[in-house]
Amino acid sequence: MSSSLRAQTLAAEAPRRRFDWMRRNPTVVIGSALLLAFVVLIFIAPWIAVDPLAFDPINRLKPPSAENWFGTDQFGRDVYSRVVHGTRISLIVGASVALIATLIGLLIGVLCGYYRSVDNIVMRLMDGMMAIPSILLAIALITLMKASLLIVIVAISIPEIPRVVRLVRSVVLSVRGLPYIEAAVSTGTRGYLIMARHILPNTVAPLIVQATYVCASAILAEAGLSFLGAGTPPEIPSWGNVIATGRSFFQISPWIIFFPGVMLALAVLAINLVGDGLRDSLDPHLARRL
Amino acid sequence: MTAYILRRLLATIPVMAFVALFVFLLLHLTPGDPAAVIAGDEASPLAVAAIRQKLGLDRPIWEQFGIYVGNLLRGDLGTSIFSNLPVLTLVKQRLEPTVVLAVSTLIVAVLFAVPMGVLAAWKARTAADRIIMGFSVLGFAVPVFLIGYVLIYLFAIKLHWFPVQGYKPISEGLAAAARSIVLPAFALGMVYMALIARITRASMMEVLSQDYIRTARAKGASNTAVLLKHALKNAAVPIVTVIGIGLALLISGVVITETVFNIPGLGRLTVDAILKRDYPIIQGLIILFAGVKVIVNLLVDISYAFFDPRIRY
Repeated sequence: MSSSLRAQTLAAEAPRRRFDWMRRNPTVVIGSALLLAFVVLIFIAPWIAVDPLAFDPINRLKPPSAENWFGTDQFGRDVYSRVVHGTRISLIVGASVALIATLIGLLIGVLCGYYRSVDNIVMRLMDGMMAIPSILLAIALITLMKASLLIVIVAISIPEIPRVVRLVRSVVLSVRGLPYIEAAVSTGTRGYLIMARHILPNTVAPLIVQATYVCASAILAEAGLSFLGAGTPPEIPSWGNVIATGRSFFQISPWIIFFPGVMLALAVLAINLVGDGLRDSLDPHLARRL
Repeated sequence: MTAYILRRLLATIPVMAFVALFVFLLLHLTPGDPAAVIAGDEASPLAVAAIRQKLGLDRPIWEQFGIYVGNLLRGDLGTSIFSNLPVLTLVKQRLEPTVVLAVSTLIVAVLFAVPMGVLAAWKARTAADRIIMGFSVLGFAVPVFLIGYVLIYLFAIKLHWFPVQGYKPISEGLAAAARSIVLPAFALGMVYMALIARITRASMMEVLSQDYIRTARAKGASNTAVLLKHALKNAAVPIVTVIGIGLALLISGVVITETVFNIPGLGRLTVDAILKRDYPIIQGLIILFAGVKVIVNLLVDISYAFFDPRIRY
């Protein structure tokens, strides 16, 4: 595979091409800008929003107004503040799951691709894990433990791992037969050094792209689980929990569901756009195909 | 061909064995006494002991697993703790709405997405292509419950075209059942449509750039003939794959969609079981859904050989 060669040529042409590329891909710029806005929102949340847990029984289920931009829920809590504070929870879940799943997946994937003896057993295990629908796997894990943000993150990460393992393994398999690996083996380089220096770098580009998709799907998964009542503890104002509180009232106060839902969609959209952009620039071969 | 199918069939056995082991261990490897977990926080020691005996939890763990697998092979998915009914009976009661929902979603998604993908590939890099691809990008981002509630708000509450929630069984008339399933099918189908449209476009683009398409055009074949007869048929393998993969995606969506639309199907059964911590139901449903997923994957693998006779394993 000539992907490293292709990367070098690309890097040499980078200064001129990168700029053109940004102009030709306005979606990536929009995605990054949107994502940046969400990150900024996390840090300025205490100043632009009130306490997301403050009850105000007189102002229950009020439609959006000048005081409550996104309206209030059945306890009179300000939906706008809850949504703003929820950004932190969702992005933390997304980033943590992406990190955990890619790191563990990378480790297992490289070992599987390099040591054929490990491969057979571990890949059957991964097949089994992939057969279980991810939401059910996560639900089962969460219901058995005491609900907490950490458990939710772990439970969403586990079903994502096999997908990362498959990706890494396929890259390792395509690289390990190449002459330069053979050369390294014949000069007596140790196994772990070959993996770390000669094989690992090849997995970086596809892994980064995969990580963005894992991140986006984790944010959706957290919201879905919380919506079902099997996710983040209800006292934490995650987007999914805000939507879950609006479930029984959506006919009279649809705003409780609408605003966090739109934020959720925007966040996932931003991450997906960044992912698509990274994929196109890191792997031009794939870009032409998709 | 037969050898290939047989080999694929055999390969599903270890996968399902692992799923059974996982589901079994799920309850046994968790910290604490499973009987106490099932009994709940306010149970008396006597009640916990009764549950332990009833579920055979006082026996050695390997013996328990043997009994569990034996029961599974005989089609016994366990017994619900709360209703005391066999899980299989509960599943049968709730099967119809879920199957109707899944099949309608599949039909809606394929009917809309494949023409969209073909059109986008044919009119590549034009406004039509951009709109369709923009829709597909959105489809991946907008969560199913938001689509569901927006559809309910627009088409049920404002326009009164469809019922707000609920499901009418087929026994009450096909029209009523169809009316009750249209909105859920579209809500659930959105991400599926996005996926299929995207892959259809990619696959069609690749095929359309090949020489034999130019030849077909040169000999005067009409656009429709080139697109449908020459191109789509050869672009079918990835499309079929993704329809199969998407079915697995659907399973997760079904649980949420049934909650949004209050459909009494397997998804609701799952959620109710979670809220009541009825572990045998959760275990049974995981086995069931995993089985469906494995069978779908098997069918996809077999269908390759039909669409592309060059593929022989």
